[in-house]
Amino acid sequence: MSVTPQSLKTLSRAWEPMSYGFLDASAKREMRRKMIKAVAVPGCQMPYASREVPMARGWGTGGLQVSLTLIRPNMRIKVIDQGADDSVNAASIRHFLARVSGAPTTLDTLQADLIQSRHRIPEEKLNEDQILVLQVPNPEPLRPVQPNMSVARQMHADADYGRMWLQLYEQIVRSGRVMQGASYPSMVNGRHVMTPSPIPRWDVPKLNMAQHLTILSAGREKRIFAVPPYTRVEPLVFDDVPYKVEEHHDLTCSRSGAKGFFMNEIPQEDGSSAYELSDSGFGVKHIQQGIGDAVTLGKTWYENGEMVE
Amino acid sequence: MTLTLDAPRIVTTRPLVTLRDVTKTYGDVQAVTRVSAEVFPGEVLGIVGESGSGKSTLLRMMNLEDTPDSGSYTLDLPDVQGNLFELGRFARRMLCATKIGIVYQNPHLGLLMKHSSSGNVAERLLIAGERRFSVLRDKARAALAASEFPLERLDAPPIELSGGMQQRVQLAKAIALEPALLLLDEPTTGLDVSVQALVLDTLKRLQQDRNITMVIVSHDLGVIRTLADRVMVMRRGEVVEAGLVDQIFQDPQHPYTQQLVHAKL
Repeated sequence: MSVTPQSLKTLSRAWEPMSYGFLDASAKREMRRKMIKAVAVPGCQMPYASREVPMARGWGTGGLQVSLTLIRPNMRIKVIDQGADDSVNAASIRHFLARVSGAPTTLDTLQADLIQSRHRIPEEKLNEDQILVLQVPNPEPLRPVQPNMSVARQMHADADYGRMWLQLYEQIVRSGRVMQGASYPSMVNGRHVMTPSPIPRWDVPKLNMAQHLTILSAGREKRIFAVPPYTRVEPLVFDDVPYKVEEHHDLTCSRSGAKGFFMNEIPQEDGSSAYELSDSGFGVKHIQQGIGDAVTLGKTWYENGEMVE
Repeated sequence: MTLTLDAPRIVTTRPLVTLRDVTKTYGDVQAVTRVSAEVFPGEVLGIVGESGSGKSTLLRMMNLEDTPDSGSYTLDLPDVQGNLFELGRFARRMLCATKIGIVYQNPHLGLLMKHSSSGNVAERLLIAGERRFSVLRDKARAALAASEFPLERLDAPPIELSGGMQQRVQLAKAIALEPALLLLDEPTTGLDVSVQALVLDTLKRLQQDRNITMVIVSHDLGVIRTLADRVMVMRRGEVVEAGLVDQIFQDPQHPYTQQLVHAKL
């Protein structure tokens, strides 16, 4: 009986360039487990391994790992950076996600199944079928008041958040008002205080009792947390000092004419300022509608500059 | 019966604070050995002794910052039951925030040096659950005023204040919630004599006005004589003598107490 010589090539499986969605199965399994835990305990930070992805830490690696884990070939992906679909970072991440998953991309919030965002929540309301992934640079809201992370975790365990209000107290005493512009600390489900990532104050009320799932992920800090659908998210405020969003109610977008939404300020040569919708996809739809194109504008969180209850 | 001015301010037979056989060791060092003590409502107990005698360790345990190897600690308050040394971390923290106030020798231990002075007082109120800015502001102002802190410096951070002012902020923080027990760990050490006198005056007035139960630790017998009703003398972790202030100062029995008193006088 002759024995056919075996080579390494015949003994091993055919080489594949990479796993679907870039991350390997074990990485995705860990991400899924941590996401389920995060959904089970809203606002509570879950540690995870945070793999290497082909992007530098601090550029959205946390959000990218969540997106890569959730992505399916039939999902439509939207990626925004400070509200813009066309920034270099947003375009690069969108291109990468599409390349490793084969999933189609979109700029329209209403059509997207998965939205990865840095620092904004779209102006159009998200529904139960959509997932928002927020990139988080610093997941620990207690860091400014408690640099020792071991103690900070004990404070979370004890719901010992008095010093968060002390931070607000100090801001009011020194500046006459709450100065926290972004990453406004918020109580989730009446239990855990989280930082909602550096979204502006304007966007924080959008998370309260929202229909969609929000997953917040910090790749550098290796922490993941979530706001499940229909969960209370309440910005920390004093009983007698109400929460205020940015005063953009009366601003009008110089390009689309839209009014009552969060705007970017564009300094002009004469010293004045022009304003543009921060949510670029929403702005483009407004412009298209203005020239008679058939576009669908979704329901918005804010109407006439006021949050819709 | 009418109390004379010099009589101790003990008006009940039930002690507010009861310590039983408290023992604490650090490695081979016996810091506190089977110390038992009682402090009655409205009373000021002074603890004296040389450095390393265990008086500050005992005070830290009374503030539930440290747990002894054995012994029990009870407070006779309506909603406080059992041996406090057996409480969990959070229960200890809440109890200390609401029922016990402390003034440390080193203000860095008791204050957030870069926050405003009023914020330091407000922190205590925030831990207890107060969430109205105006109330926090008013109560912080009232506590600082009671501590004779100059209100024009209400929002100055302690790091910009003198040692005496920092002690007043600590004191305001300690009394903001009208604690049942006020612990003072060498509150005047490091202050110059005139400032010491001012801080002592404030403490004495607060004690008289509010009838606060106090435990004061000091190696300065003058401070103890000014404030305390009773004195406990500690040496090498043990209580060697205890009694009324006049009794201890005029007729010390233990050789170590005699040495202390005569060294001072």
